[in-house]
Amino acid sequence: MTDSQPAIRLTGLTKEFGAVTAVDHVDLEIAAGEFFSMLGPSGSGKTTVLRLIAGFEQPTEGTIELFGKDVTKRAPFDRDVNTVFQDYALFPHMSVLENVAYGLRVRGMGRRERHERAMRALAAVRLEQMASRKPSQLSGGQRQRIALARATVVEPKVLLLDEPLGALDLKLREQMQVELKQIQRELGITFIFVTHDQEEALTLSDRIAVFNNGRIEQLGTPAELYERPASRFVADFVGTSNLFDDARSRALLGRAGEHSVRPEKLTVGTAELEGDGVRNAWGTVVEAIYLGSGIRIVVDLDAGTRVTVLEQNDRNRAHDDERGDRVVVTWHDADVIALEASDVRLPDAAAPAPA
Amino acid sequence: MRLSRFSRTTLGVITAIILGIVYVPLLVVLVNSFSTSTSLTWPPPGFTLEWWGRAFRSAGALEAVSTSVQVAVISTLISLVLGTLISLALQRFAFFGRDAISLLIILPIALPGIITGIALNNFFRTIMGVPLSIWTVVIAHATFCIVTVFNNVIARLRRLGTNLEEASADLGAGVWTTFRLVTFPQLRSALLAGGLLAFALSFDEIIVTTFTAGSGVTTLPIFILNNMFRPSQAPIVSVIAVVLVLISIIPIYIAQRLSGSEQQRR
Repeated sequence: MTDSQPAIRLTGLTKEFGAVTAVDHVDLEIAAGEFFSMLGPSGSGKTTVLRLIAGFEQPTEGTIELFGKDVTKRAPFDRDVNTVFQDYALFPHMSVLENVAYGLRVRGMGRRERHERAMRALAAVRLEQMASRKPSQLSGGQRQRIALARATVVEPKVLLLDEPLGALDLKLREQMQVELKQIQRELGITFIFVTHDQEEALTLSDRIAVFNNGRIEQLGTPAELYERPASRFVADFVGTSNLFDDARSRALLGRAGEHSVRPEKLTVGTAELEGDGVRNAWGTVVEAIYLGSGIRIVVDLDAGTRVTVLEQNDRNRAHDDERGDRVVVTWHDADVIALEASDVRLPDAAAPAPA
Repeated sequence: MRLSRFSRTTLGVITAIILGIVYVPLLVVLVNSFSTSTSLTWPPPGFTLEWWGRAFRSAGALEAVSTSVQVAVISTLISLVLGTLISLALQRFAFFGRDAISLLIILPIALPGIITGIALNNFFRTIMGVPLSIWTVVIAHATFCIVTVFNNVIARLRRLGTNLEEASADLGAGVWTTFRLVTFPQLRSALLAGGLLAFALSFDEIIVTTFTAGSGVTTLPIFILNNMFRPSQAPIVSVIAVVLVLISIIPIYIAQRLSGSEQQRR
């Protein structure tokens, strides 16, 4: 029984701020030891769910269970979860060591023992030599790691991370992603990670919940979300998609309903290809953008829609496409994803989202 | 910004005149404290250290200083406690009538002292039936001293936000532990600045004091007013005035340094 007990169970969780419903009847189970991401645009409710789990907000409706225990009414200091804050929220008047030891101090642990444990936590993030510094003397990446050490030193069952890498530059962020994953594996505790960066979510997570308008739009593994987005919103938000509305689906794909095709599943050539399930469509190159590892080609199809094609920069690339070239875009029926209708309107159904 | 030579000169002269009007009289007081004339005639006929010696031996003056210090210290302490509590309440909790209370707290510093004085005098004597004493002065001073503490603390709380307090609660600290270990250390310089201003306000207050002091309670400003026009005491008053100027420069200077260094750190 205890094995199958989820670390977190949300039931009908709802949070209203005045007339705004930030979280709308969310049901969710997160398994123990899972690296779980909540992904969504700003205002989608993902951060509010995190704050509800931490106890900083009280839900309007619904319950929060932590390993089977109802903690909905408990104060933040009475819950076995800890948070890594977006702006780190390190105490500026305390040294790095005192910051990390804080959780142990308020639990009444003796000075020597808590400092020993804090030093071990600092060693785990390779910052022992910074112990006597003040947070203001550290770089962003170092503060990030201190915040992580401070939250993990008290050995929570669940660690909540609120866009923890948002303030770091790209290189550092990629490095911290690898570190986060390692730390999570070593500690073996549940990570709940909030981000608006779909790539980060895909890279790190065991499972992802895509949030939209206070609801979970789709829940699944990174591969499931990417390969089989359930709705137009997910197809558009996770990765880049070429979206076809009902009319264009009928014209180009020979099917009814909304569909999407990933840019890397399309190829551009000068002659039509034959084969089972292979489809061709002629068009004109509007833009060819060199990306280094690949080339992004935007093509206006004669059927009246615009698609983005992502080609690998490898030996198979036969020629350079230029603006105005006549080309044929080719794909396989198996790569066409059928979407459920979503109540979210996109600015232009046919325009691919920027990568 | 660049100014023409003419406007620079004009502005310089105006500034000099204004500073002169403020500070020349203070210089006159300083000189008078060494004057041999007892009626403050100008220019002084001669110089002596006698008044300085007399002032430091004058029982009335020393007692007035001690009364003023007691009143200022106690009303500052009261305002520190109450001002901090009320700022926390108004900044960290949402409740009905919050804006109204905020206004009511700030109002006493804008009210004319004479109104506060009459109102409190009436209230103490006729409604409460409490005889006027040093404590009625303390309470009266606290009503407007709270405002300086309140203003400083609430501005600091607003700037701090709730992130650090949430982090503390998240790490397992209860409400009081969080206040003691996180919020209070962040408020310390705001409390010092507010407290110093409160002390200065109370120390030289005269109008409200006149209406609320019991007989025999003589604060320093009242002592000065009473002795100003007595021929034998006038130079002693000058000495006290010089000492007061020196004393009041110190807290203002410290308060300014504190808020200055705060701003530089951000």
